Amino acid sequence: MSTERNEILARVRAALAPLPRRAPLPEWDHELIQLRAAQPPGDTWAQFFQRFAAVNGTPLKSGAELVALLEQGGWRRGYCDPALWPALEGFFPAAFQVETTFDRARVDDYDFGITAAVGAVAETGTLILSDRGTSSRLAALAPWVHVAVVRPDQIHSDLSAALAALPDDPNIVWVTGPSKTADVEGILIEGVHGPGVQAALLLG
Amino acid sequence: MATQLIDRFAADLPPDKRASVYQSTKATHEKRTKLLFDHFADPNHLRATAGEIKQHVIENLDTYLPIVEAKLAANGAKVHWAATAESACATVLGIMKARGATKMVKAKTMVSEEIGLAEYLGKHGIEALETDLGEFIVQIDHDHPSHIVRPIIHKNRREIARSFEREGLGDYNDDPGTITRRARKFLRHKYLAADVGLTGANFVSVESGRIVLVTNEGNSRFSLAAPKVHIALVGIEKLVPRDRDLGVLLNLLARSATAQQLTVYTEFISGPRAAGQPDGPEEMHVVFVDNGRTEVLASECREILRCIRCGACLNVCPIYRQASGHAYRSVYPGPVGAVLSPLLAGKQFPELADLPKASSLCGACQEVCPVNIPIPDLLLRLRARGKAEGAPRAAVASPPMGAWALLASQPAAWKAALLGGRLLNVLPTKFIPVPALRAWEEKRTLPAWQGGRFRQWMRERRKS
Repeated sequence: MSTERNEILARVRAALAPLPRRAPLPEWDHELIQLRAAQPPGDTWAQFFQRFAAVNGTPLKSGAELVALLEQGGWRRGYCDPALWPALEGFFPAAFQVETTFDRARVDDYDFGITAAVGAVAETGTLILSDRGTSSRLAALAPWVHVAVVRPDQIHSDLSAALAALPDDPNIVWVTGPSKTADVEGILIEGVHGPGVQAALLLG
Repeated sequence: MATQLIDRFAADLPPDKRASVYQSTKATHEKRTKLLFDHFADPNHLRATAGEIKQHVIENLDTYLPIVEAKLAANGAKVHWAATAESACATVLGIMKARGATKMVKAKTMVSEEIGLAEYLGKHGIEALETDLGEFIVQIDHDHPSHIVRPIIHKNRREIARSFEREGLGDYNDDPGTITRRARKFLRHKYLAADVGLTGANFVSVESGRIVLVTNEGNSRFSLAAPKVHIALVGIEKLVPRDRDLGVLLNLLARSATAQQLTVYTEFISGPRAAGQPDGPEEMHVVFVDNGRTEVLASECREILRCIRCGACLNVCPIYRQASGHAYRSVYPGPVGAVLSPLLAGKQFPELADLPKASSLCGACQEVCPVNIPIPDLLLRLRARGKAEGAPRAAVASPPMGAWALLASQPAAWKAALLGGRLLNVLPTKFIPVPALRAWEEKRTLPAWQGGRFRQWMRERRKS
């Protein structure tokens, strides 16, 4: 194995040796990737929800709105992060079956999964999930509806800011809308392997 | 006159397929252009900068590879190196055997296509299932992808519905929503039963050792949520110096590939799952694959290693739009493939030496390239190489230029030929004595011959 490593690295060095000079890393300014239509700072949550809706995300402002969405879709069985459940339990009528552990053997039994996000990006309408912040990778992915719960202080203005603040975590996922494909004749279909409904619930 | 292989493929392509490839590539290209120019003040400067970042990376791989290797190891990943396709396949098999693993779910990766991984594992009794919808359909049909981003751009819904029916995934139904739902239902239990999830890497940050994956369907997330082992196959050129530089590349990749501001899922993976996380891999393996890349790095076409596999050059290419992807007879189709495939072919270069000629050199591919690869220049360099190596396919359908060289280097012969040219104005073209020229003339109308006037003009100008 290590012979192959050394062989490859030797070939890389040999390939680059004849170059009279190496291309330098270009300096580039943040403005290069700033979006033209970027909104003035200060109104970042409004911008987030506007962008989130533009990528077919479902914005939610309260536990009551969440329950209304689930009732409307007939999604009554689900999972909720045990840390979030105490704050949400009061909104859920008795007809709902909500579990706080995700049993992978019954993956099809969950209509929705409620887990915590660790951030949001206003410019793109993106939710940020991380391994340490998400109680179950599968619960945030397998059910038809995923509800990411975000806090008001977790917003980044744009991609550059979010990249600069990437948490120290082995698995960070930026989620920008529901799972989708256009593989069949270029026709957009939502809900491929991940959620068909991606909601964001802002809880103060 | 002999025709190029790609012309034959294009001629054999059913008209409805040609029409759908043409329409969908054109639509994506137009959306991509609108999005880039609506969103950014100077998209071309952005492309140029991305190109400089990637050029810097490939010219400093000797420094960066050992750094990122150490970073990945520190993050808890095991790093492997594979010089060839065979070695890469054997490495993956070795990791699986060590765990007693027999089932793999695969996210979409071009390197795995390149090394023939699924087939190899199949021969060794391992089920390696494609999970990207398009790739899944390619796999059940024993077909090949025809586009880097849209693997089944050459198939219509009726063909797919028949394949699903044949595979027992339900009665014939060609509604794209139903097709997608059936794949969802079938594949999720495969993820849960799999031992290993395999992904590629769109980028690897040298600074942090984060592997970046971009997908829309969620299949790579699922492949990293259910199985206990993650294997990432990474071409050695995939590095990016800093996390910050991902801002430039991610902004360009999604817009160039699918005309999205950002793909639905952008994953940053730097190791096995966190303590306390119930799902996800306990082990992460990163396999750095050479498979001809160091040879490309040593060649005068090393710029092609900047490629981030967005497919924008396929979408804009007039040849790809007519011929579709299988016409390129290799894993990488389109303009990028016309450069990369012959280079990666190694000793088989002569078999693909015609591909650099499958271009009108119109330059559209470079104009849309998010990393500004001078594809037309590289095509010319490869044409020269094919000629220099005497590859027969490099010369197919090239007009013989020997006679022209003779004329152009001997003034007396040139003058005589100019005189002969005047005859063309009075003689029917079927009497042209050169077969290649006659073939050319059959499809085109020559303007009236005007040769020799320049010399006369020059003489008179000198007099006055």
